[in-house]
Amino acid sequence: MAPTLAHYLVVSGLLFTLGMTAVLLRRNILIIFMGLELMLNAANLSLVSFSRFNLSPAGLPAYDAQILVFFIITVAAAEVAVGLAIIVALYRSLQTTHVEDLDTLKF
Amino acid sequence: MTPQSAAWFILFTPLVMAVVILFIGKLGKPVSSGLAIAGAAFTCVLSWWLFAGADFVDPVRIEWIDFGKLVGAESPAQFYVPIGLTIDALSKVMLLVVTTIATLVFIYSVGYMATEEGYTRFFAALSLFLFSMLGIVLADNFVMMFIFWELVGVSSFILIGHYFGKDSAAEACKQAFTLNRIGDFGFMLGILVFWFVTGSVIFSEVGSSLGGFDEAPIWLNVAVILVFCGTVGKSAQLPLHVWLPNSMEGPTPVSSLLHAATMVAAGIYMLARIFPIVLAAPIALEVIGWIGALTCFVAGLMAIQQNDIKRILAYSTISQLGYMVLGVAVGPVWGIPMFHLFTHAFFKCLLFLCAGSVIVGMHHKQDIWEMGGLAKKMPITFLAMVIGTLALIGCPFFAGSFSKDLIIEYALGKSMLWYWISAGAVVLTAAYMTRLIVVVFFGAPRTDHARKAQESSLIMTVPLMLLSLAAFGAGYPIIQKQFIPITHPENLAWWAHPVILGFLVLGVVSAILIYRRAGAKDPVSIPAFANRLYIDDFYTWLVRWAQDGTASLLGWVDRWIIEGVGVQFTAKLTWSVGFALRFLQFGNIQAYVFFFGAGVVALIYFLFATT
Amino acid sequence: MLAAGLGVVFSRSPVNSAMCLVLAFVALAALFITLDAFFIAVIQVLVYAGAVMVLFLFIIMLLDLKSERTRKLNIPACVGGALVIGGFVGLLVKVIASNPAFQATKPALSGPVDDVHAVGMTLFLDFNMPFQIIGVLLLVATVGVVLLSKRQLD
Repeated sequence: MAPTLAHYLVVSGLLFTLGMTAVLLRRNILIIFMGLELMLNAANLSLVSFSRFNLSPAGLPAYDAQILVFFIITVAAAEVAVGLAIIVALYRSLQTTHVEDLDTLKF
Repeated sequence: MTPQSAAWFILFTPLVMAVVILFIGKLGKPVSSGLAIAGAAFTCVLSWWLFAGADFVDPVRIEWIDFGKLVGAESPAQFYVPIGLTIDALSKVMLLVVTTIATLVFIYSVGYMATEEGYTRFFAALSLFLFSMLGIVLADNFVMMFIFWELVGVSSFILIGHYFGKDSAAEACKQAFTLNRIGDFGFMLGILVFWFVTGSVIFSEVGSSLGGFDEAPIWLNVAVILVFCGTVGKSAQLPLHVWLPNSMEGPTPVSSLLHAATMVAAGIYMLARIFPIVLAAPIALEVIGWIGALTCFVAGLMAIQQNDIKRILAYSTISQLGYMVLGVAVGPVWGIPMFHLFTHAFFKCLLFLCAGSVIVGMHHKQDIWEMGGLAKKMPITFLAMVIGTLALIGCPFFAGSFSKDLIIEYALGKSMLWYWISAGAVVLTAAYMTRLIVVVFFGAPRTDHARKAQESSLIMTVPLMLLSLAAFGAGYPIIQKQFIPITHPENLAWWAHPVILGFLVLGVVSAILIYRRAGAKDPVSIPAFANRLYIDDFYTWLVRWAQDGTASLLGWVDRWIIEGVGVQFTAKLTWSVGFALRFLQFGNIQAYVFFFGAGVVALIYFLFATT
Repeated sequence: MLAAGLGVVFSRSPVNSAMCLVLAFVALAALFITLDAFFIAVIQVLVYAGAVMVLFLFIIMLLDLKSERTRKLNIPACVGGALVIGGFVGLLVKVIASNPAFQATKPALSGPVDDVHAVGMTLFLDFNMPFQIIGVLLLVATVGVVLLSKRQLD
């Protein structure tokens, strides 16, 4: 059967869920970070599918959503860079990547 | 100068003088007193000129408050208060009394206050008082009269508290103003009732619209009694009389001008002004009459045991004011009480000025038991005082007898009790005044001050002499006819006059006999009267009780409600909420994400799944 | 792609996770191509798979991470997490299935797409301002990374 918008959106949602699972269930910081990337990509996928399925009057896809995807990719790249720098700095001071060891910021 | 503009000049000249004195009085004592006397004399001349002229028929007004323009012509909330002057027989004669006595007192004060402090502010305050009093006399509506009524209270406050460094003077002026205020509260309520029923506050309009009360005449009586409360306060009737003796803390010219001749008479004047309205309220007339009769008798009782020369005269004033109030209740025309007000102004002012002269001669000592034998040392004062006393006690051929006896005659027509009470007061009046004369002027001097006393200067004795003439002659029909219209009662019982005369003689003779050989202190001692029937003490206790009660209640409210509930509760609540929320900071990243995710799921559920 | 995602989540070794993530990105690019978004697909491969994952692998090597030792499983946390995820999936399916607009198939395009040109025009004409801001953002990120990796912080 031809893929409908619903299919694409469900895939995107499942990808997002996978990303959230990684954040909730894994205790290594880097894996959590990868889960974040998965979530961002899920958003990209749903945006692109909306872009394709809502055509502009000229018969072309609505490129505004693709512009947004462009921005998201850029921002995600910058975020990864900064986030990894933070993780490196954390590792230097605490010598661990286990997220449960990061518990000093509490009451 | 037209009569209308003369009226405005009469009203505003003293005010202008007061302000000018305040600014340039520093230039010297003669400047202050000169300006004040000039202002008073100017108003006096204009008053005599107006007296010779005709009454004003059209109202002389400046528009002031007028709600009609705001609420529309049909609304019941019409409230129209002009600044208006009324010149008719009543206000003309009152103007004469006020301005003439004021001028004489101002001149007298130059001598009396020569050695006292606060000369400039004294004359400024006197001018302010004159302005306020003239406002009451000339007012043509309730609200304007009320405003000037309060102004007179303020001037009285300033003048009684002239020696404000003395505790007793400060207490006295405060008490005077407070008791006045209590009376004025009733006055204000009365004005409101009149306005509510008749829609106007102007005297003539209220008088002609009394039909509004026909459905419920009790309200007319209530309104008149409320308005009478103002008189009870201002004219020192029972029970609000206690301020008047204490007001003697002020300088003697103040006592003579305000608290004998003019200000305290304002209450009577106001009742005379609304006389047609008062006559239409029979229950109110009963109340007024009883208060008047009781006041005049009880004040006499208190006077026979007082030892301060000014306080004796103060209680005498209260008693005579009681006669005037009784006159309002028994007389068919306003002339009856006003006649006594007219004569009383002259002889009471004279008596106070004589007392002042005696006090100055005694180097400002006021206890009569420190005086004695002053007849030889101060002859003019002695003579003037005797004339004044004879006028006061109602000796035939002197002014007081004409007016006081008239009231007592009318009282007989209305109620036997009133007759006997007021006749009884005649005994007391004769007794205490004779006691005063005998102790102060006869016998041997009791102290050094008495031995060294001298007659006062001319500037003080000339007003005494002028007033003596008035005290003697103001009652004779020839003179009285020019000023005040009165009628005599018909069918008077044959024994009315002789009884009064007999009481008079009884009082004089008994006082002479008792006090002829009195030594250093009073041979008669009645503590109840000397302590003024303990009414003053009762008021002191009442004020203290109320004040302490209110203070402790407020303290409780402040500690338990405002501080306990308001401040502390709020603070503790904030602290507890903060303490509880602290436990949400786990420090565990994944816990935060869990809550975040749960929140998102819940949000989506409520947004989409329940539509 | 979903299988690769599962691999990311559940593999023991971080390097395995990273490799699976690369696979997922490439698969996603393929999906983009089925949606006629060629430019985005290429960008995805270049930036994400090419740059971001390389960076990830660098860091993994730098920190010399071993396989994750199994610590005691926190049962309540796992259960709670599973509940949240299950709820999310359930809601997702329900919402998407209930909206009829999502059931349409791909509409036909009017002609061959020149999407680089189109994306470029839209970007530089309509979205120029956000574009400039993104530039500033990248600058800020670069500066931040440099600062964060200094050895001695002052």
